[in-house]
Amino acid sequence: MNNPAPGASAPPPAPAARRTIDIVNASLKRRYAREARFRFMGAAAVFLGLLFVGVLFGDIVAKGYTAFAQTYIQVPVYFDSATLDPDGSRDPQVLANADYLGLVKASLRTLFPQVTGRAQQRALYALISAGAPQQLQTMVRQYPSVLGTTRDVWLIAGADVDMLVKGQIDRELPEADRRIKDSTLTLVDQLKTEGRIEQRFNTGFFTNGTSREPELAGIAGALAGTFYTLALTLLLSFPIGVGAALYLQEFAPKNRWTDLIEVNINNLAAVPSIVFGLLGLAVFINVFGVPRSTPLVGALVLALMTLPTIIIASRAALQSVPPSIREAALGVGASPLQTQFHHVLPLALPGIMTGAIIGMARALGESAPLLMIGMIAFIVDIPQGITDSATVLPVQIYLWADSPERGFVERTSAAILVLLGFMVVMNLAAVLLRRRFERRW
Amino acid sequence: MHTWTLLVALLAAAALAYHVGRKRAIATAGGSGRINTLHSLPAYYGFYAAMWAAIPALLLLGLWLGVQDQAINELVKASLPPQSVAELTPGALGLLMNDVKNVASGNIASGAVTPAIQTAADQYARLQHLARWTQWLLVLALSVAGMSFAWSQTRPTMRARNRVESVVLGVLILFSSIAVLTTLGIVLSVVFESWQFFQKIAPSEFFLGTLWSPQTAMRADQVAADGAFGAVPLFTGTLLVSFIAMAVAVPIGLMAAIYLSEYAPRKVRSVAKPLLEILAGIPTVVYGFFAALTLAPVIRDLGEQLGFAVASESALAAGLVMGIMIIPFVSSLSDDVINAVPQAMRDGSYALGATQSETIRRVVIPAALPGIVGGVLLAVSRAIGETMIVVMAAGLTANLTANPLASVTTVTVQIVTLLTGDQEFDSAKTLAAFALGLTLFLVTLTLNIIALHIVRKYREQYE
Repeated sequence: MNNPAPGASAPPPAPAARRTIDIVNASLKRRYAREARFRFMGAAAVFLGLLFVGVLFGDIVAKGYTAFAQTYIQVPVYFDSATLDPDGSRDPQVLANADYLGLVKASLRTLFPQVTGRAQQRALYALISAGAPQQLQTMVRQYPSVLGTTRDVWLIAGADVDMLVKGQIDRELPEADRRIKDSTLTLVDQLKTEGRIEQRFNTGFFTNGTSREPELAGIAGALAGTFYTLALTLLLSFPIGVGAALYLQEFAPKNRWTDLIEVNINNLAAVPSIVFGLLGLAVFINVFGVPRSTPLVGALVLALMTLPTIIIASRAALQSVPPSIREAALGVGASPLQTQFHHVLPLALPGIMTGAIIGMARALGESAPLLMIGMIAFIVDIPQGITDSATVLPVQIYLWADSPERGFVERTSAAILVLLGFMVVMNLAAVLLRRRFERRW
Repeated sequence: MHTWTLLVALLAAAALAYHVGRKRAIATAGGSGRINTLHSLPAYYGFYAAMWAAIPALLLLGLWLGVQDQAINELVKASLPPQSVAELTPGALGLLMNDVKNVASGNIASGAVTPAIQTAADQYARLQHLARWTQWLLVLALSVAGMSFAWSQTRPTMRARNRVESVVLGVLILFSSIAVLTTLGIVLSVVFESWQFFQKIAPSEFFLGTLWSPQTAMRADQVAADGAFGAVPLFTGTLLVSFIAMAVAVPIGLMAAIYLSEYAPRKVRSVAKPLLEILAGIPTVVYGFFAALTLAPVIRDLGEQLGFAVASESALAAGLVMGIMIIPFVSSLSDDVINAVPQAMRDGSYALGATQSETIRRVVIPAALPGIVGGVLLAVSRAIGETMIVVMAAGLTANLTANPLASVTTVTVQIVTLLTGDQEFDSAKTLAAFALGLTLFLVTLTLNIIALHIVRKYREQYE
């Protein structure tokens, strides 16, 4: 030990010790500075991490909150009986097939009689969404009494007008760089001064399927697909995962086979999710002939993917139940299985549920393996069951993020907000469950 | 829909069997006052009967569903005029069968409906109808047969509980084998398809070739459609993106873990740690969106101002965002191992006069190093296998470059692009995806095994 401690307690007559303390004292400033630097770096790292969280959420919220409002334009529409219902029969079939696009166009022309010329008129028609004829059709079929009258109808605005009203198109840009030309600008401004433009809560976003038109696109289809897929995933992976954990933790003899299973599960938990997609494609679709693009095959893949998570969490929960519970149950004559099912499992259940919820949250956010098994198709209809073609919310986000239209950016961000909302709810549920029911033995 | 009804019916049958079995056990014992003469509780006799009613019938149903379509197809094919079938290629025959099915279900066929197709369609519809009813009949009959067998077996001396429990245990064993079956399925599927791929493309070309341009000829006489399947640019691209990610995640994650476990007051720790872990719970598609639509333009503008040429889909944007995603992964793993270092080692160091940072750098980190290395390896394997971020933010062109501002592509991106288009399944293009998947699986598996081994070894050291 030729390195005496600083400030040694022994009386320091020897010059050698004095030299050491001098060295130490001289270096102290440098060492404390280093200490402060190190500490600062640590705090900075934490701060950076938190900053990323803040920036990520801030960015998505800033981009997405506008999508919850939708611009409507009030247009006086004359429901001309002569064109919509020529023989006055009020036959639903006739009413359904009438020319509503023409009706929209005619109404716009009456509203802006000064607009003439083909290009100008086309710009005029683009004010209103391609979904407006559908809107009028529904209205006429519901209330045939509107026929022959003029009504002020709030029609969904086109995507570009929507963006403009929400301030996402810069008016100061030169006209050539702008998606909205000057002529349209004057039209929109005129509508605004007349009070014919309004923003309302965007219910369509939650009730429509996807669409090529941003202003009509909604997440209902993706939500339904997500629901079917996740429900089936849970139904498959929860019993299997808990059963496997129960066997491995409580019954399995220690041998080569169970060792292999253990190593396997730990490794499966770290296998890239896309590899599960390859498995689904090669085995479930090509060998077993499970229909492509369906929640069924998606759930099979996701169930295999979440299985390791659930097994590992369940084993930990089972392990935390003290052996005395088992011994007491066995002591009063319960069989090993009765001990597990009547005593150990109920006590471990909160922990197991926490693990299951976390596993499901992961499955909810997963998209890579689903791309492989065809859940990427453009599907407008809302799926009705586990064998209908469907897509899920994360994949919908991926598809929308790829769309070039400006209007899809806010839709995508809004869909992300919905997805994150589900995530937060699930994780909160897991935390609450743990707080509420977890027992310390 | 039809199968669901049958499943519900089976469930009802099982419930009925439970009830019947239970009643029967009590009756054989001589009334509810004498159930102490039974070997097991009456409920176990009920479960026993329910198992006999449900399990064989379920197995039959599964088997039936597995072969039904195939069998009907073969029967209908056999009923088609033999000479017209003989001269068709397998593909054309498939189309013909599709027409038959469409006609049978009332949809529109692709071509004219010839009388032969019409007859076949009628035959198809008839067989389907027949199959449905036979299926119902057989499955329910088997269920009833099982129920009556259990009924005949029920007597007070029967060891119902043991029988039920052995079945339950068997099911548990089956469940725990599914994990192994999954691995087996992964290995078999990727190995089998990769084998076919390597029949067409030499492994040396795949692993050493530097040109990646996966096209295959649609027609035999097509010009310049020979694909090149040299995967080296993909490997380097993957490594580049992963390297950038680790350059972000390791310092930040490690320093954050050190600060939180060694310096931070309890309050800060209890807030900051869960907040950091939010990053791990965010879906990767969200990171991809952030990288592609927010970070990539920022980096491009910044690069342009500084006079660099930045590709709009640069490796840097994808790597940075991936790094952010991995931070909590590195930090929570490091946190665990740092906390596992015994306090006595720190106290010893303090007693020698070391400052806290000196203790951490000279004592805690070296002691925790194996565990940290293991954690970093796990993080690397995660970065290599990450898909959505790179699919959305990295490019598609295979560049052999180490320039983080250029556009590169990765193994996972190519797997996705090769498999999401429309193509024949046995083309070299699709099979290449499986060869890439095999490589990815093997590399990540090796990393995981090494990492888990190191972590476990390390943990034993201080326990």
